[in-house]
Amino acid sequence: MERRAYYRNKGLPWLLIAPQLLLVLVFFYWPTSQALYWAFTLEQPWGGGNSWAGWDNFLAIFHDREYWGTVVRSAFYACCTTALSMFMALTLAVFVDRSLKGTRAFQSVYVWPYAIAAPAAGVAFRFIFAPEAGLVGAINGLWPGIWNPAINGYQALGMIIVCHSWLGIGYNFIFFLAALQMIPRSISEAGAMDGARPVRRMLDLQLPLIAPTVFFLLIINLISSFTDSFGLIDTMTEGGPFGSTEVMVYKIYFDGFKGLDYSGAAAQSIILMLLVVALTFVQFRWVEKRVHYN
Amino acid sequence: MTTITFKSVKKRYKKNPVVHGVDAQIESGEFVVILGPSGCGKSTLLRMIAGLEEISDGEILIGDTVVNKLEPRERGCAMVFQNYALYPHMSVRKNIGYALKVAGMPKPEREARVLKVAQSVSLEGYLDRLPGELSGGQRQRVAMARAMVREPKVFLFDEPFSNLDAKLRVAMRSEVRRLHRDLGVTSVFVTHDQTEAMTLADRLIIMNGGRVEQIGRPSDVYHNPASRFVADFIGSPAMNLIEGEFDAKGVFNHGKGGQLRAEGGMALAGRKVALGIRPEAIRRAGAGSNGAIAAVVDYVEELGASRLIYADASGSRLIVVDTGTGPLPGGTKLHFTFAEQDVHLFAEDGRRIETHASAARMAAHAEQPINA
Amino acid sequence: MIERSRIFDIVTYAVMIFGMVIVVAPFWITIVAGSQSLQEVSRVPIVLWPSSHLWDNLLEAWTRADLGPKLLNSMIMAVGVTVAKISLASISAFAIVFFNFRGRMICFWLIFATLMLPLEVRIVPTYSIAANALMPFQVILDTLGITGLVETLSGLRIDMEWNLLNSYPGLILPLVATATGTFLYRQFFMTIPDELVEASKMDGSGPLRFFWDVLLPLSRTNMVALATILFVSTWNQYLWPLLITTDRKSFGTVVMQLKSLIPALNGTQDWNVTMAGALIIMLPPLLVVALMQRWFVRGLISSDK
Repeated sequence: MERRAYYRNKGLPWLLIAPQLLLVLVFFYWPTSQALYWAFTLEQPWGGGNSWAGWDNFLAIFHDREYWGTVVRSAFYACCTTALSMFMALTLAVFVDRSLKGTRAFQSVYVWPYAIAAPAAGVAFRFIFAPEAGLVGAINGLWPGIWNPAINGYQALGMIIVCHSWLGIGYNFIFFLAALQMIPRSISEAGAMDGARPVRRMLDLQLPLIAPTVFFLLIINLISSFTDSFGLIDTMTEGGPFGSTEVMVYKIYFDGFKGLDYSGAAAQSIILMLLVVALTFVQFRWVEKRVHYN
Repeated sequence: MTTITFKSVKKRYKKNPVVHGVDAQIESGEFVVILGPSGCGKSTLLRMIAGLEEISDGEILIGDTVVNKLEPRERGCAMVFQNYALYPHMSVRKNIGYALKVAGMPKPEREARVLKVAQSVSLEGYLDRLPGELSGGQRQRVAMARAMVREPKVFLFDEPFSNLDAKLRVAMRSEVRRLHRDLGVTSVFVTHDQTEAMTLADRLIIMNGGRVEQIGRPSDVYHNPASRFVADFIGSPAMNLIEGEFDAKGVFNHGKGGQLRAEGGMALAGRKVALGIRPEAIRRAGAGSNGAIAAVVDYVEELGASRLIYADASGSRLIVVDTGTGPLPGGTKLHFTFAEQDVHLFAEDGRRIETHASAARMAAHAEQPINA
Repeated sequence: MIERSRIFDIVTYAVMIFGMVIVVAPFWITIVAGSQSLQEVSRVPIVLWPSSHLWDNLLEAWTRADLGPKLLNSMIMAVGVTVAKISLASISAFAIVFFNFRGRMICFWLIFATLMLPLEVRIVPTYSIAANALMPFQVILDTLGITGLVETLSGLRIDMEWNLLNSYPGLILPLVATATGTFLYRQFFMTIPDELVEASKMDGSGPLRFFWDVLLPLSRTNMVALATILFVSTWNQYLWPLLITTDRKSFGTVVMQLKSLIPALNGTQDWNVTMAGALIIMLPPLLVVALMQRWFVRGLISSDK
């Protein structure tokens, strides 16, 4: 990573890097440290400054059963969307990688979901799942009242999970396919010479070789499920019915901007940040291993 | 015209010294090759002339100017890099003309210069190609044209041929020699290839471990190596170096009971030395000839015009260039002789030991000064 | 493929077609519903074939959600973020890779640590800074006592304020303040051989000239790749624009308008208009991804560590 050829100049590099540094300091480090400050203080409702609160904000959250419900729900949500989306994408990538005739057309379409804004997909899926409309709702014609995500929290959560997984297909597909195509043809050929049939080669050779990518995507998907769900939930259920689709990010937004409880929202943000940072660290450790593989 | 002077030039990386103080003078119009094994500091020295490495200590002068603090563009040097370092997105024309453009030369003049230089290295048909569309040899020529177009005071070559195959390397070698003859610009060429060095150089600077081992004309260096390192490094096959000790009678004892008589050996009585003889200076002799060494053949390498005999002389390995024919199976007993004046002696610290014989040899090989 | 197996080929096509159906279905339903009349769209079960009312629905959605100005805002935001991020990313990566200066590694880590926390998790404090982007400097001056000093000396009170609410800088700047682009550029710059830098030094060009004449042209494909993913991801931003624009009328983006197109619980269930609107909003990034696929895929793979 070290270079030999550098330019020597005292002022110029600072001048070049200053705009980005300023932006990052103002819009990243300041807010993040601000969040820390808020999390450990309590703001007086109508001005008058903050008073030191120590761990009180965190204790308040930890004693809140509703918050734990949100955490468990977020974890469940993250696991389901990650598993579903990665499974779909991997299946498609493995078959696309066989590059049979006409595969290119399929391949380019599989990427599309990435282009769609989460709220736009949310609106489309809300219609698809609307109990009164004629798609999934049609089932109510056979068994009246069996499908109604506006009342049934599990159905509502399931509906969002499906939509989130669909959105992730494109991204995961791109990475899986790239990883599969990096495997040298000769490995597959050697497998064929050893007498392994296509399915066997898939299971014994390709999947183990892309294990690092699987892991990388696993973390990326988990992080994105924890952080990117706001747009979907806001357009599909607004956290309802009765809070049954409220995940961590949504609760932060709701407590902070609707409930105006900055201290509580800040404390929740800190917890979510720690979670994301922890996941990132796990990934960094693995990125090194990924390099070793190649 | 332009000389280059090194005054105890040193280079350290962090605390790590890589060049330990070089003193040398390169004459105007001279073609000097810096030769040495990898990691000896030869490229560092070249890059210090170019201004691509800072000089930690000492001074480098180009002409009469101390260039230590000058930027590369202010030194009037042009350089040909090992990997060509062509700009991949620019055509051959733009690559060659880039330095002139940076210098602000107007377009028509620039185009004319580029064309002229391109012709001199027969690239005029490729001016609108990208570097990626050229062969290795053509890329090499673009790199040379790029250096020539600025009409620099000094040419620097950093192992420029190491990416070419053997045949092209020979061709490029003669091209470089021709260009130097035509332009007469002071040139410094770095390589680890001794054949390249011997054929190109007016003078060689041989480096090892960050120090200069010897400076001299190729034939000087070959016939009078200043140190054991140079003796071993120059010449192929390498010089035979036999470890041994002179006893009180001035007889050289080596290997398992091997003995050699050497003139002036008395003066060296009791000293451990290495005795060097070039493989091509050894001749076969009949059994019982005066002063002949007996040796047993290990194996023979056939080279076509000649062959190399690997033999064991009382426990010391001896390589001999032999023009004879006829089978020489392993185990054959042979006798060898060599002239007294072809013997080189090196002390334990690696420096050469001067004797009457070596002085005579030096006189025999002395040549006229280079600069007529 | 090395060996032919008819059955496996059939399975392959079956799976790919099934995947196609899953991926395309939401798009298809959006188009179908968007082209139907209110009556058609309310039919149970729905007919999954386009009808003839697409244009009417598009027009209705266009006026109802005021999409004209909103599209313009989205475009300004997406292009703004793309251009700003590419310019800043390239020059800061240039400084980090090609200069050896004190504090280089600190700058490097300061910038790259931002990859760890997405905007969403620090949304509350970021919102508060938007009320006054100069607040950090004010606080620094205050704590250092410079404000007081200047006040006693000159009688002037330093009071810096820059409110970003309802403004384009407010929409754009916080989205620029991450390291995605910088990371990509750094990766690319690291592959530039040392000798190319040295050759340009020998040719007499300084750092800026090298950046402009050599690095930028060489990074053109990377730039296009980065631009596509930046455009798409910025266009699709939802939470941040929602917070920073209280004045929806003049600064709202199209993606924010989606919610206003959803039929009210007790209102007319005119999903056909909703879907037509969604179609308009989906289209620009979808076009970018579909038309620029090669670059887009490349950018995506190389910009994520």
